[in-house]
Amino acid sequence: MAFYRSQVLVCGGTGCTSSDSMKILEKFKEEVKKHNIENEIEIVRTGCFGLCELGPVVIVYPEGAFYSRVQIADVEEIVAEHLVKGRPVTRLLYTETIDEGRIKSLNETGFYKKQERIALRNCGVIDPENIDEYIAFDGYKALAKVLTTMTPEQVIEEVKKSGLRGRGGGGFPTGLKWELTAKSKADQKYVVCNADEGDPGAFMDRSILEGDPHSVLEAMTIAGYAIGANQGYIYVRAEYPIAVQRLKVAIKQAREYGLLGKNIFGTDFSFDIEIRLGAGAFVCGEETALMNSIEGRRGMPNPKPPFPAQSGLWEKPTLINNVETYANIPQIIVRGGEWFASKGTEKSKGTKVFALGGKITNTGLVEVPMGITLREVIYEIGGGIPNGKKFKAVQTGGPSGGCLTAEHLDTPIEYDTLTALGSMMGSGGMIVMDEDTCMVDVARFYLDFTRDESCGKCTPCRIGTKRMLEILDRIVEGKGTLEDLDKLEELGKQIKAASLCGLGQTAPNPVLSTLKHFRDEYIAHVVDKKCPAGVCQALLQYTIIEEKCKGCSLCARQCPVNAISGQVKSPFKIDQDKCIKCGACLDKCPFKAIVKK
Amino acid sequence: MINLTIDGVKISVEEGTTILEAARLLGKDIPTLCHDERLKPHGACRICVVEVEGAKSLLASCSTPVQEGMVVHTESKSVIEARKTVLELLISNHPLDCLTCEKAGDCKLQDYCYRYDIKEDKYGGEKIKYELDDSNEFYICDQNKCILCGKCVRVCNELQCTGAIGFAKRGFYTHIAVPFDRKLYESDCVSCGNCVAVCPVGALTVKKRDKYRAWEVKKVRTTCSYCGVGCQMYLLVKDDKVVGVEPCFSEPNKGLMCVKGRFAYNFINHRDRLKKPLIKKNGEFVEVEWDEALDYVASRLKKIKDEYGSDSIAGFASARCTNEDNYMFQKFMRAVIGTNNVDHCARLCHATTVTGLATTFGSGAMTNSIGELEKADCIFIIGSNTTETHPVTATYIKRAKLNGAKIIVADPREIELTKGADVFMQLKPGTNVALLNAMMNVIIEEGLEDKKFIEERCENFEELVEIVKQYTPEKVEEITGVKAELIKEAARLYAMSEKSSIVYSMGITQHSSGVEHVYSVANLAMLCGKIGKEGCGVNPLRGQNNVQGACDMGCLPDVFPGYQKVFVKENLEKFEGAWGVKLSDKVGLTVPEVFKAAHDGKVKALYIMGENPMVSDPDIKHVEEALNSLEFLVVQDIFLTDTAKLADVVLPAASFAEKDGTFTNSERRVQRVRRAINSVGEAREDWRIIKELMIRLGYECSLNSSKDVMEEISKLTPQYRGIDYERIEEKGLQWPVLDKNHSGTPILHVEKFARGKGLFKPAHYKAAAETPDSEYPLILTTGRVLYHYHTMTMTGKNEGLMNIVGEPFVEINPMNASKLGIKDGEMVEVTSRRGSVKVRAKVTERIEEDVVFMPFHFKEANTLTNTALDEVTKEPELKVCTVRINRL
Repeated sequence: MAFYRSQVLVCGGTGCTSSDSMKILEKFKEEVKKHNIENEIEIVRTGCFGLCELGPVVIVYPEGAFYSRVQIADVEEIVAEHLVKGRPVTRLLYTETIDEGRIKSLNETGFYKKQERIALRNCGVIDPENIDEYIAFDGYKALAKVLTTMTPEQVIEEVKKSGLRGRGGGGFPTGLKWELTAKSKADQKYVVCNADEGDPGAFMDRSILEGDPHSVLEAMTIAGYAIGANQGYIYVRAEYPIAVQRLKVAIKQAREYGLLGKNIFGTDFSFDIEIRLGAGAFVCGEETALMNSIEGRRGMPNPKPPFPAQSGLWEKPTLINNVETYANIPQIIVRGGEWFASKGTEKSKGTKVFALGGKITNTGLVEVPMGITLREVIYEIGGGIPNGKKFKAVQTGGPSGGCLTAEHLDTPIEYDTLTALGSMMGSGGMIVMDEDTCMVDVARFYLDFTRDESCGKCTPCRIGTKRMLEILDRIVEGKGTLEDLDKLEELGKQIKAASLCGLGQTAPNPVLSTLKHFRDEYIAHVVDKKCPAGVCQALLQYTIIEEKCKGCSLCARQCPVNAISGQVKSPFKIDQDKCIKCGACLDKCPFKAIVKK
Repeated sequence: MINLTIDGVKISVEEGTTILEAARLLGKDIPTLCHDERLKPHGACRICVVEVEGAKSLLASCSTPVQEGMVVHTESKSVIEARKTVLELLISNHPLDCLTCEKAGDCKLQDYCYRYDIKEDKYGGEKIKYELDDSNEFYICDQNKCILCGKCVRVCNELQCTGAIGFAKRGFYTHIAVPFDRKLYESDCVSCGNCVAVCPVGALTVKKRDKYRAWEVKKVRTTCSYCGVGCQMYLLVKDDKVVGVEPCFSEPNKGLMCVKGRFAYNFINHRDRLKKPLIKKNGEFVEVEWDEALDYVASRLKKIKDEYGSDSIAGFASARCTNEDNYMFQKFMRAVIGTNNVDHCARLCHATTVTGLATTFGSGAMTNSIGELEKADCIFIIGSNTTETHPVTATYIKRAKLNGAKIIVADPREIELTKGADVFMQLKPGTNVALLNAMMNVIIEEGLEDKKFIEERCENFEELVEIVKQYTPEKVEEITGVKAELIKEAARLYAMSEKSSIVYSMGITQHSSGVEHVYSVANLAMLCGKIGKEGCGVNPLRGQNNVQGACDMGCLPDVFPGYQKVFVKENLEKFEGAWGVKLSDKVGLTVPEVFKAAHDGKVKALYIMGENPMVSDPDIKHVEEALNSLEFLVVQDIFLTDTAKLADVVLPAASFAEKDGTFTNSERRVQRVRRAINSVGEAREDWRIIKELMIRLGYECSLNSSKDVMEEISKLTPQYRGIDYERIEEKGLQWPVLDKNHSGTPILHVEKFARGKGLFKPAHYKAAAETPDSEYPLILTTGRVLYHYHTMTMTGKNEGLMNIVGEPFVEINPMNASKLGIKDGEMVEVTSRRGSVKVRAKVTERIEEDVVFMPFHFKEANTLTNTALDEVTKEPELKVCTVRINRL
């Protein structure tokens, strides 16, 4: 085995990859070779480090130098300076990691300080396509322990003890689900991994599959042993090509190592896993729709009961958990359920991964103990709102969740508290909004998504979301009435109460929660015909303040529809009938003489 | 049992019962749109929601099973609000044209909106807009009225198992579609109309020939007059005219029907119906009054009987007429004319079954019930194109497949059931015995036979072993063209599955060694012990609606009703006693023998009730010559058929819609036929015409209703002993019905065979009477198509069916077609030793090389077929003859 004096970790997650991190990795190899130090320096492609905002990210060990927004052109310098001469390239280092000229540990930065990584423990640490690295970090130790020293009942007991709840959004106690499936009598059972991460703002499952695919395979195998199944399926969306590729590699390697297949660890237990690709329908994240899709049917949910634990895939008892849930399992087995349960709160144990997005400084993936407050996540980890803007709201739980306001910032994040506030944990998406965000527009945006993703099976969701969207369309166009607000509320409640599956049962949440917390903004739209945040085009007016206008005609020349006219050196005017509210004039005016209201 | 409370009332129901079912037991009318008790709960419409105390949200009662202690409210405030919202949403995307909608008065959406006071569309949003699809011959699809309950899709996929339609797009724009959003006529749709039957709104409606509103029609429950499935249905009657058909949710079809039963009812009131008796005078038919016609027939028959003796007269009964008609017909022939020369078209279809199974098992009928097919683990379909000949029975087979049953098909053609079959053996026509022997060879060779069953319940096993030993799969591969490996696989699947059922039809029976084909089927079933058990059995599918009944009624030359041999002294005495006359103990002539005897001048008069041998029988030229040789021919029918045209007297008969009586279906189920309209014109019920003739020929008859006839039948027919109209009012009984308390016999031979021990009757393979030679190098086989029924006297009157299949054709393999230079759709000449016809070629890989197929509904097919007979049963070899094909 070779020894290296230094390791260069290049992020191979989807975010950094799309900013050419793989080309950067190649460039590193090239440069290292050029300097004849390829035997001293190891270049490793890893999973996501989490701080996507600063990508492409490269970390150089043993110093732990965190290079951010690295460009191909920078590589030559990093190699020549840092790797050859031992002088870190300070201008590229993440500012928070520099303290009086020395490199601080990443764990001391705001972004990482409060994080505790269990599900993401190997992401950004190991090469996801190298099973040996996974094994070196205690990989498959849990499986070995389970197969050689534990009974299925003991495994389930350990999971129950951990207090782990489903990380896909439902929050159902995982151990109980395992137990129910184990108790179902059948000649055949299945283990399914739900990797159909449909929430557009969440990407933790993708990151885990990209950064640590073996943890999921190991957990599924453990689950198979616990419930008495020997076949697993991972249902992953085809839009995650990197995740799919790494899963394929991982499955192949695990089979080669005898960690999947017949007689694992020489025991009587056999288990194998196959991948099934989803076509990207949001509703296929719903477990019964997902299983219909695996069976080759249209991805539409079935009524429950029967629950998958009783009758799932091909009408056989089926255990279905999502990626993040599985990713916690090996650690729970290795370190014990009690260790896991010691983290988090009374009813929400352990940690949870959140995908921070929207108007926030540190866009990225974070894993924090349950019970942390929104304020800590948004301000301490997320670095607050950029450009000095004011925090307005945060949408948790993706399109099915709801908006929380400044008054909720000190609420501890738990399954039940979020639900009580009209939002939900969901898969852990967290979209932050600042004062420039129109809440009606946000609600409309999310509803447009769920309306589009409704499978069309049940009446309330199929027609109800469409009707709600039509009302919201009217409101943002300035054609809404106060009566429409009541209609929205009433219809939203009925859709929640009567829809067939989780999609419909939660689709009205963004509308209902914004109606609850930001009703004034709705009223401004329908009564005053104004959009206070200045987002809703139809309600905006661009006007030129005569006193400030110098008559330079720049705005008139910029206007694509010739709506601005006037004499040079005297104030110009905007013809409101012609104006299409594109905002081009406002951006161009050197005297800030144009305002939108 | 689970205890719960519904609207304050306590009730105990079985575990697994849904809230909806429990509420219905209490008479609660919970509204439903997507629910169908035959289908898995769908939970889509959400109108059936109820409030369950302690539940997070409202629950769909159709899909939620009851739980101990549940407290349910079916019409609480929140429930009503939710239902109102569902209805408001549905009508917000529905054209509110109820005034002119075809479905008005029969629309659940309309009913529920009325019930919950929904008066208008309160949202005024977008409505979907789709083009009307009226491309199907029989129904219209208007997506704009669709409420997406999904019943049509589920019925098509889960019950009918055709899979023609599905859901397309998603969300608000979800709609029902055939693949790629094409038109229905371009899809796999078989026009069964089972989707139409379940549509709760006006999205799927029948193309009505006559306008009627739901409240204007009277519904009369009856039994379908097409094929032996015996579907239960309602005739819709307005102004004494049948204007439509709807399925009935009862055994054996459970609400399913096929295109013929559902849509081809217009023959009933067709303008071409015979309305007055006709007598041929100077070569022309002249309409006469009934008295004149009956007097004339009676006098001619009397004269011929007096002059040439009773046996110079023969009669053909009808597999389409009721049991009562047939009973009276054979009684007339036996007791009044004094001959056993009575037969009917069973001779052409299952004569070999009746004899073959009677010999081996002791009873010549389907051993098990249609419904059991769904429970089978393995179904072996040999010589039956079930989806086209018995469409509703085929749905049971397809559902069994969905349930995981193994499907084995042996057929010269790649029929629909071969799709997804586990084993398909494409054998040469006429080689079934060799194939079955080879399967038995494998089973014995591998020790898969049911030794205990053979030991305890069968005899003559040694001879079977001796004979099948000679039929190794490799040797049989050469005879049948079926790969030895496939034969082995089929044998293992059949033998090793717990419930294995054999389904067969004309592909087994219509051969010159047909009875041996039937023996071989019986041998296979006994060898594996698949008799007398649920989901097993030997199941010959009877072709016509009452061919089973016509046989049961003794319309066969050797038996009285109930298969009591005419030459057995006790039987003779029993019937002489009952009928009060001396009877002949001489076995009469079969259909082919009658034609030969007519040809030879031995039969002088023939009375044909509802048969059309001028299309149905082999070698039509020969049939025509025979009929023309007669001194006197009477034809009693509903139309002036090709046969009737040759008659001296034609008597107008009432159709099944105009009479009371019973049909016995393929599974021996005796079911009611009910009069829905008055007779068309002056047509009369067949049995009443016969009664009139009896009286005119001096035989007293005091039977005044079909019910009276059935009473006499049940007294004289052991299998029907327990049957009377009251007992079969709702649901038919399967014979034998031993007494008035016996509930019938779904499965025959349970404890022991009807004949005591099952008899192995091994047979050697015999080649068909005609085998290919240089002059006639191709084998012609014939069969049905879905869209027609036998000689098309009824289906030929239906425009829609004729638009789909309006002319004869010959299916030919591309290899043969290429050698002969024939292109698909071209007219060709097909010639056999008996005649030559011009038909259109259908070039298809469905049929194997050197074999061609023609549908037998058109006269062309039987112009070519061979009259070679099965020695024992005199059944002709309709399935195999040789032909040559020329380009035109």
